[in-house]
Amino acid sequence: MTALDVLLAGALPVLAWRALATDDLHEAVVFFIALGLVAALAWARLDAPDIALVEAAVGAGVTGSLFVTTLRARGLRPPASPAPRRARIALAVLTIASALGIGAALAALPAEPPGLGELVRASLPETGVQHTVTAVLLNVRGYDTLLEMAVLVAAVLAVLARAPSPSARPAARPAAPDDDPARPLIAVLARLLVPGIILVAGYLLWRGAFAPGGAFQAAAVLAGGGILAILAGRRAPDPHARAVRRGLVFGPGAFVLIAAVPLIAGRHVLEYPEGWAKVLIVAVEVALTFSIALTLVLFFPASGEKGT
Amino acid sequence: MSLLDLASAALLLAGAAFFLAGTVGLLRFPDVYARLHALTKADNLGLGFTVAGLALEVGDVAVALKLGITWALVLVSSSISCQLVARTAMNAGVRPWRRP
Repeated sequence: MTALDVLLAGALPVLAWRALATDDLHEAVVFFIALGLVAALAWARLDAPDIALVEAAVGAGVTGSLFVTTLRARGLRPPASPAPRRARIALAVLTIASALGIGAALAALPAEPPGLGELVRASLPETGVQHTVTAVLLNVRGYDTLLEMAVLVAAVLAVLARAPSPSARPAARPAAPDDDPARPLIAVLARLLVPGIILVAGYLLWRGAFAPGGAFQAAAVLAGGGILAILAGRRAPDPHARAVRRGLVFGPGAFVLIAAVPLIAGRHVLEYPEGWAKVLIVAVEVALTFSIALTLVLFFPASGEKGT
Repeated sequence: MSLLDLASAALLLAGAAFFLAGTVGLLRFPDVYARLHALTKADNLGLGFTVAGLALEVGDVAVALKLGITWALVLVSSSISCQLVARTAMNAGVRPWRRP
């Protein structure tokens, strides 16, 4: 344990507390983003670069910018009266109880956990990829990832339900009003960064086969680029456009298809045919990256529309 | 300790000094514009020295180049976010501090 670890471990609860305790929502959001970045560093120190990447991109980046946009669009004020005392006490008891429970479970673990790590490493050659996390996510436990995609699809359905339907929308406003003095600056930033962001996303996607990286990380980075482009004045994708809807279905659809085809041959769901595992996993990851990025970008204008 | 180590240590110390100066400025300067000035100028330079110091030690050109790219990206984003914060403050009617 180094001084850095002590600093990280100490900073996490302090940042979390400040994010919750402040009365100023803007301040809370800033602390939340800082918390995400420090948590990403902590994951990196714990040798979990996959989680660190997701935490930095989704936890701090995409979620943080969603919070900021929501605040800017709606100017939310914190509730005038705090939650009732009884509710707060109940929450505190629940939180402390679950923290104690997790702590007790951790303490009860054997020093050398008999986890499935060895098993995964031993069967890595059969999975078609060389990185254990990707092997688990898309081969050994592909079912879990499939269900995660279902969660994302459900979330994007909520966005679609909330987006004004084409007929109810007021006559198209003149493209992005240019009264925002920040826009030219953000446009410069987008021009400088978006090409690099696309490159990094492609790299993360390809790397997933043999090192930390993969569809979710690549998609989060790609979505960050998309959000930057929207902030710079690019038109946000219209959730009712046919092409956008097809793009949303593309990833999960391809995954379901590849998962279901073995059934025809009398095999199990998600059983990749001998020798095809790598090709199919990369195909699924490419399709998923595209759809997840589009999903994340669609969350953005839904909360950023002004005056709706 | 080789000459390279000495140069690296000197650069890292210079970087730390600039970070310290920037942080003191952030805490002590009177208004948002002055604080931005302290923070972005000093930290960008401090990060530059730190990156140069580390690049001397890694002994791998590819890693040293990656460190350089990191610095360039931070330069771009911090200079633009500095401008964004300052413009927002200006639009909100925050007057620059004057000696009373």
